[in-house]
Amino acid sequence: MRSALVILSFLAMLASGFWAYRENYATKVALREAQRLGADIGRLQEAIAVQRAEWAYLNRPDRLAELASANFDRLGLLSMLPEQFAETRQLPEPAADPLANGLDGVAIVSAEDEDLLP
Amino acid sequence: MSPRAPLRPLARILDARARGENPDAIEAANIRDRNAAMHDKSRARAESRLLLLVMAFCAAFLTIGIRMAALAGAEPDEPRAIVSGSRIQAQRADIVDRNGNVLATNLVTHALYSHPRDMVDPERAARELARIFPDMDEDRLLKQFTGKSAFLWLRRKLSPEQMQAVHDIGEPGLLFGPREMRLYPNGKLAAHVLGGASFGAEGVHSAEVIGVAGIEKALDDRLRSPDQLDQPLRLSLDLSVQAAIAEVLHTGMKLLNARGAASILMDAQTGEVLAMVSLPDFDPNDRPLPPTAGDPADSPIFNRALQGVYELGSVMKIFPVAQALELGLMNPDTMVNSSSPMQLGRFRVRDYRNYGPQLSVTDVIVKSSNVGTARVAAQVGPVRQQAFLKELGLLDASPVELIEAARARPLLPRKWSDIAAATISYGHGMSTSPMQLAAAYAAMVNGGYKVTPTLIKREAPPPRGAPVISERTSAQLRDMLRKVVEKGTARMAEVPGYHIGGKTGTADKQKPTGGYHKDKVMANFAGAFPMNDPRYVIVVSLDEPVETSGTEARRTAGWTAVPVTAEILRRVAPLLGLRPAEVEAHVPSKVTAVRN
Repeated sequence: MRSALVILSFLAMLASGFWAYRENYATKVALREAQRLGADIGRLQEAIAVQRAEWAYLNRPDRLAELASANFDRLGLLSMLPEQFAETRQLPEPAADPLANGLDGVAIVSAEDEDLLP
Repeated sequence: MSPRAPLRPLARILDARARGENPDAIEAANIRDRNAAMHDKSRARAESRLLLLVMAFCAAFLTIGIRMAALAGAEPDEPRAIVSGSRIQAQRADIVDRNGNVLATNLVTHALYSHPRDMVDPERAARELARIFPDMDEDRLLKQFTGKSAFLWLRRKLSPEQMQAVHDIGEPGLLFGPREMRLYPNGKLAAHVLGGASFGAEGVHSAEVIGVAGIEKALDDRLRSPDQLDQPLRLSLDLSVQAAIAEVLHTGMKLLNARGAASILMDAQTGEVLAMVSLPDFDPNDRPLPPTAGDPADSPIFNRALQGVYELGSVMKIFPVAQALELGLMNPDTMVNSSSPMQLGRFRVRDYRNYGPQLSVTDVIVKSSNVGTARVAAQVGPVRQQAFLKELGLLDASPVELIEAARARPLLPRKWSDIAAATISYGHGMSTSPMQLAAAYAAMVNGGYKVTPTLIKREAPPPRGAPVISERTSAQLRDMLRKVVEKGTARMAEVPGYHIGGKTGTADKQKPTGGYHKDKVMANFAGAFPMNDPRYVIVVSLDEPVETSGTEARRTAGWTAVPVTAEILRRVAPLLGLRPAEVEAHVPSKVTAVRN
């Protein structure tokens, strides 16, 4: 009886020693990983800051104005002016409801609306 | 201790002899008992000693074991794992406009320094550096590298290409230190508001970034406060509006050959500044040094909208009229003597041209009569006039959040005499800046309560300021200011559908030596739109403009500041989401016509 207890506790000691050893190294690995991730986050944040700055730089109003005038032939962009506001009643009638014509939807775009499409 | 028992007790011996037994057996039994007792005693002592020894060994082994476990468990990399990571970035908060567009942010870069004692080939390093940076002198570098110094700063900011080039030299004595630098991606836009930043205390591994002017300096503590680093500072400026005003103002300034120009667009209810432009401007990424000689107003870093303290001219006429209406001294139809010139002590007050013997108060404003305004001011009196202008904030430095604001104090007469009151009524004899003027006009048109100008976006509508004039007076003033545009000096400001109203002002510029220039003016326009319910106050100021399309040069605000204002209004009102009222323009038949 007594010797069995001694053997058991000896085995338990061995097991707990092994467990502690493994936990110790697992913790070290996890810490290294956390540190690596932290550094990664720092690098990514730095990259995001650069991208944000670049986005703001590329979207600065004077560059956009230059681009709009350089591509006027294709885009026809002008500054917003008071004349561009319109009343709802000035808009053309919306195209007929596609579902009203059945699901094959042949008549979605009527002939007179065609020039509205790009 | 019990007394030692005799081995041969006489009584028992005699008894044994009498019974014929051997008395030696008694002695032997007694000796045996005594030995057993002695044995027990020494055994107990040995056992207690052993126990003590076991305990001592246990304590020793336990101590060593715990110490070993502590050493095995406590690795020094644990605190490092917490420090490293996300928090290295950004030692200064970003600045964004009211819609979240970036106005100022940080960029990681590197500084270049050297340890000359670690250099392998100083001649080559000096030669290569001079090749990469044309502004560095090879001979001077070589002298520094071969001199006594152990440490040398070479450059504060490097571009990635330059850094790679320096890297390629392969010199171990050339080292890089990480830096964060302030970047203004929009260049010159809102330069005077942002100001600029520069390095403070510098070390090898980092450097402080401190604001040197504008809002960067005024709110330096907020921008650097560690708990608000990840929350950008949201200004009240609108990037597109600011850009549109800057563009129109720049064109106007060039067309009219003006030396400079300034404009402010302010929310009439909250005092938020949506745009603040001062031309000529500068690039805050490369802020010029302040001028050491000459007129500070000639430097691009001079903020004309705030530091440009000038006599503003007739735009000030609205204030004595407002006061006279508020005090009940007059109503808009009261007739005022306007015969020019008016004798006032040694002075004569003249009008631009003679407007006849008398004008109604409304016409005094519409035609901009100096004499009429001086008569109105005479009824109000200097003491009340001064108190009113003070209440409007025209006599104090502007509370706006720029470091330059506190130093730009209005220039006031030493003695507020009757003559001073008369000249101040039409905008001479007292100098103030467009910023104060915009805030005062906001109070005139918004229903009569004071606004505090600010460059920070207000998250909630601020509590109403103190009432300065009544709602009724404010409505009468709006009506007058609208009439100035409809049939007065500012007819060119009309943009159909936006109901702008305002007042022109053309002030002769003062000579530094005293007196006034004959052909140099400040042309100003201050107004608000839409006049039936003013939402925005606009101030436009041009320095020495001249309009030369006609046969003679025209300098009045009606020909200079007013058309510029109209163009600004045309560009900016749609950006602000204001749709024109009752515009009977052509009706586009197709939606494509609207898309352009």
